[in-house]
Amino acid sequence: MAGHTGEALSKGEIWGGGRSPFGVTYGKLMMWLFLVSDALTFSGLLIGYGYIRHTYEAWPVGEKVFQSLPFAGDGFPLIYVALMTFILIVSSVTMVLAVEAGHRMDKKGIIKWLTLTVIGGLFFLLSQVWEWSHFIHGGGGYITTTTGQVYHLGHLEEDLHANADGSYQMPEHLMLVQNKYSEGEATIIEGAEAVKIWGTMSDYYHGANMLRNEYAPHAPQYANFFFFITGFHGFHVFSGVVINLLILLQVMKGAYDKRGHYEMVEKTGLYWHFVDLVWVFVFTFYYLV
Amino acid sequence: MNMERDDLIVNDSYAVNAKHDEAHGKEMRKTILKVTVILSLITAFEVLIGATIPRESGTALWTTVKFGFIFLTLVKAAYIVLKFMHLGDERRNLKFVVLLPYTAFILYLIFIAITESNYVFDMFQAG
Repeated sequence: MAGHTGEALSKGEIWGGGRSPFGVTYGKLMMWLFLVSDALTFSGLLIGYGYIRHTYEAWPVGEKVFQSLPFAGDGFPLIYVALMTFILIVSSVTMVLAVEAGHRMDKKGIIKWLTLTVIGGLFFLLSQVWEWSHFIHGGGGYITTTTGQVYHLGHLEEDLHANADGSYQMPEHLMLVQNKYSEGEATIIEGAEAVKIWGTMSDYYHGANMLRNEYAPHAPQYANFFFFITGFHGFHVFSGVVINLLILLQVMKGAYDKRGHYEMVEKTGLYWHFVDLVWVFVFTFYYLV
Repeated sequence: MNMERDDLIVNDSYAVNAKHDEAHGKEMRKTILKVTVILSLITAFEVLIGATIPRESGTALWTTVKFGFIFLTLVKAAYIVLKFMHLGDERRNLKFVVLLPYTAFILYLIFIAITESNYVFDMFQAG
């Protein structure tokens, strides 16, 4: 690597001008500095999330909220997020293989690995779309009673039907759940007792938006941070896919072959790994702990 | 290309010289494979623990699990930054310029956020 060759230089030579003290090109140094500033932004979001969460006594449990799979339904805690994480890790691997091929001026190898990276990124984005849609739609909703108690509903096959006066038709098989998303064992209330509670209902809500969400009825910030953190990250993935695609086209055109090196692939690779790096932290702090 | 002065600013010789042969490439691909396996195994382990040990704030078990998760995350992050982003192969100056300002700011921000949120929490509890 280029950095090694300069390691033995004296201090005066390194800082004396006429060369990069960092042993990299201007473009690569700027990419690193940009990533540092972007990392500060993401850290700000995650620490802000931690701050808000810490001011509440109760907070939804990740493995209870995120436990569905497309086509398979509920009961798979964290599996879908793990799958998304794995997709991103794999696309990071194909990226680093593209960079490695670039160092050998292996144009065919770069095209192969970069194409796979773009496909991996698209898969991640599509997964994100499903995740968001599922999160926004919710899993049954909750009712508030006139005494201020909150009961979640069990899984519903279809949405509740609203009457003309704004109340809701009771589902055929009424199942109320306490601690559905919060810490502790979930308790299920059925039969006559559930019907009695249903009679004192003052409000029904399901799904999630910026104002309310069924996962944390007391804390709209739970959904806000979900949208902002995964959304900001998803936007980075989207930009990454676009940039990778543009670089791929340039590689195919032979622009970097003519230039004599594939550092552009390396620089866009840095960005792509950074996107993976951020997801590792989002995965831990939003879903796991 | 200028091979003696490999780190001149005036041309892109850093990039030109950042090349390796097939033998070195083979070694690198082996490292990449190793890191891939490590990252995947850690993620699988995290999911297994996350799905089997329920969150119970305040218990010793959960506190251990929580800090275990954070530790494993830092391990994964280190592998990505040092091996995939090759920061481990860069000159010391670049390592410091990337890691030191970030670490200093973030440690401070975490300290401030914990202190402040503890205070706000107490205020909410007191009514």
